[in-house]
Amino acid sequence: MQSLGLDVIFKGKNFIRLLTGLWVAVRISLISVSISIALGLIVGVLMTSENKVLKTIFRIYLEIVRIMPQMVLLFIVYFGTTRVFGWNLDAELSAIIVFSFWGTAEMGDLVRGALISIPKIQYESAMALGMNKVQVYYHIILPQTVRRLIPLSINLITRMIKTTSLVMMIGIVEVLKVAQQIIEANRKASPNAAFGVFAVVFLMYFLICWPIGKLSVYLEKRWS
Amino acid sequence: MGNTLLTVKNLHKEFDGKTILKSIDFEVIKGEVIVIIGPSGCGKSTLLRCLNGLEDIQGGEILIDDRKVISGSKDITAIRQKIGMVFQSYDLFPHKTILENIILAPMKVLKRKRSEVEAEATELLSRVGLADRKNDYPRQLSGGQKQRIAIVRSLIMHPEVLLLDEITAALDPEMVHEVLQVVLDLAKTGSTMLIVTHEMSFAKAIADRVLFLENGEIAEESSNPKEFFEAPKTERAKQFLKSFEY
Amino acid sequence: MDFDVMISYLPLYKEALFLTMRVGWQGVIISIVIGLLCSAVIHFRVPVFRQTVGAYTQLFRNTPLLVQLFFIYFALPKIGIKVSPVACGTWGLGLLGGAYMTETFRSGLENIPKIQYESAESLGMNRLQVFRYVILPQAVSSSVPGLVANVIFLLKETSVFSTISLMDLMFTAKDLIGMYAKTIECLTLLVVFYLIMLLPVSILGNIVERRLRHAEFGS
Repeated sequence: MQSLGLDVIFKGKNFIRLLTGLWVAVRISLISVSISIALGLIVGVLMTSENKVLKTIFRIYLEIVRIMPQMVLLFIVYFGTTRVFGWNLDAELSAIIVFSFWGTAEMGDLVRGALISIPKIQYESAMALGMNKVQVYYHIILPQTVRRLIPLSINLITRMIKTTSLVMMIGIVEVLKVAQQIIEANRKASPNAAFGVFAVVFLMYFLICWPIGKLSVYLEKRWS
Repeated sequence: MGNTLLTVKNLHKEFDGKTILKSIDFEVIKGEVIVIIGPSGCGKSTLLRCLNGLEDIQGGEILIDDRKVISGSKDITAIRQKIGMVFQSYDLFPHKTILENIILAPMKVLKRKRSEVEAEATELLSRVGLADRKNDYPRQLSGGQKQRIAIVRSLIMHPEVLLLDEITAALDPEMVHEVLQVVLDLAKTGSTMLIVTHEMSFAKAIADRVLFLENGEIAEESSNPKEFFEAPKTERAKQFLKSFEY
Repeated sequence: MDFDVMISYLPLYKEALFLTMRVGWQGVIISIVIGLLCSAVIHFRVPVFRQTVGAYTQLFRNTPLLVQLFFIYFALPKIGIKVSPVACGTWGLGLLGGAYMTETFRSGLENIPKIQYESAESLGMNRLQVFRYVILPQAVSSSVPGLVANVIFLLKETSVFSTISLMDLMFTAKDLIGMYAKTIECLTLLVVFYLIMLLPVSILGNIVERRLRHAEFGS
């Protein structure tokens, strides 16, 4: 029986390299999620506005995010804008821009959904107490929406992590790219390494996303 | 007593280690209307659900036409065809029109012809005053109308016994009357019914027999409803009936 | 922007669109079939299969499609299972989607109130009749919004097929950029073709959802 590449994983620094690659993906996700949550809160509040122009703009924004593959957006930002504006955009920065653009829309929509689910009487009674709009949001509405949003935001993290696997396409060396490099380097000595290495990458993603997903489901059940 | 339809012998029901019903014994004779009353949580709804095999029982037996009612048994569907049941919450099928709601079971379960069932459905609908609504969906109807439809849906299966489980409890007060009127009419035509209700004057008017349930047992049984409601024999029934006065 | 160049690229994009759509929709159909089967297994509590389905959905919902495709395309041949790029794309998408569809259908089934089962049973229907005439139709209509979202998600995910050298839209764009460096033109065409592929689905999905909401039977 030929080796299926499990030895390759523990050869030299290979396993550490894979983990470092994974960290790149996770780091990009965490930064993007943080930005998405911050911007998503603002966008979500704006989305509940009755202003027609704003409404149309956000509708188009959401539809773009809904139907354009993230990969296409990555290409546009990384290859397209550098071409048009002649600047030199770092690949990781491009990825963060694209994933934040996507995440903000998702988060904004979640925030909007949470906001409109709060009964009108909550707004009215706060107004009746003499609070202004900002005070109503800050003291009454946001605390109620946050609880609802935390599980959904956690869920967004796992989706973000899964999506960051795309960044290898714009040359970022993350876990899949590292995996390919390792397989390539050991082609002669261990021709079947692809099996073991990709199986491990598969498992790594699962071990990160599964617990986070579980946590999100648990919180959602507990807080609903 | 010739025409016993339903026999309950020493019925015992537990749930999660708690006793819900104990030593329940009674018989239902053809054409009889039995009203079951009692404080909430006394097990009266559970009793009806047991009779229809929706709950499993831990002791005793339930016989309808000398056949045992056992939840989950093979012939339970055949037995259920003899027992109609209407629930407290509106339980019409939301994806079907009123007419479709009514004709579904006779067509699929009894394999009757559509034209024949439709004719009967229309006739029953006009009896409850809803013939013009047969192509509407349940959501377009008021609670009282939905409950009348639910009764018709049970009736078209020609059940030998009809179980009514607090069918007016979720209704607005002004709709209670229209539903109870339908039930009163049924009683006049000789339908056999077991009714769980909180409407005391209705109970008094319709009952041939009253079962007063408390803590899972029959605390008082009376074949003279008038007497029961005016001067119950047990202290517990007295207390219970008093709670309806202001 | 050089329109002549764009026009000359059109046939290549058109071909890629057809391939992408074919693989994408085949994957969607497979995913719906898998989803229906698996949610039925969960709903009817089929022993052993139920645990298998649970493991499958967790595994595929918690890993990226790209990794799944790499595993199928590069790793499986090492243990003797060879797949063509098209088959890999179709089945990869089908398996990923199947896990999502299972969730959607399962929650559609779970959302139906118990009283619907009980009232149908009390009319003398057997389990199969209850499921066929009362539960399934309601579950299907309450699953539609999730189904539409899944379909769009899956069709979008086809964009990673280029990594297993399937000549889809993304592959074509990348290839042309690499050869002729007409970046803007290629990317514009890429966006346009994805719009052609996905906008109708999105609009149609919205219409169906709105219809359902209006025809909402709810009690």
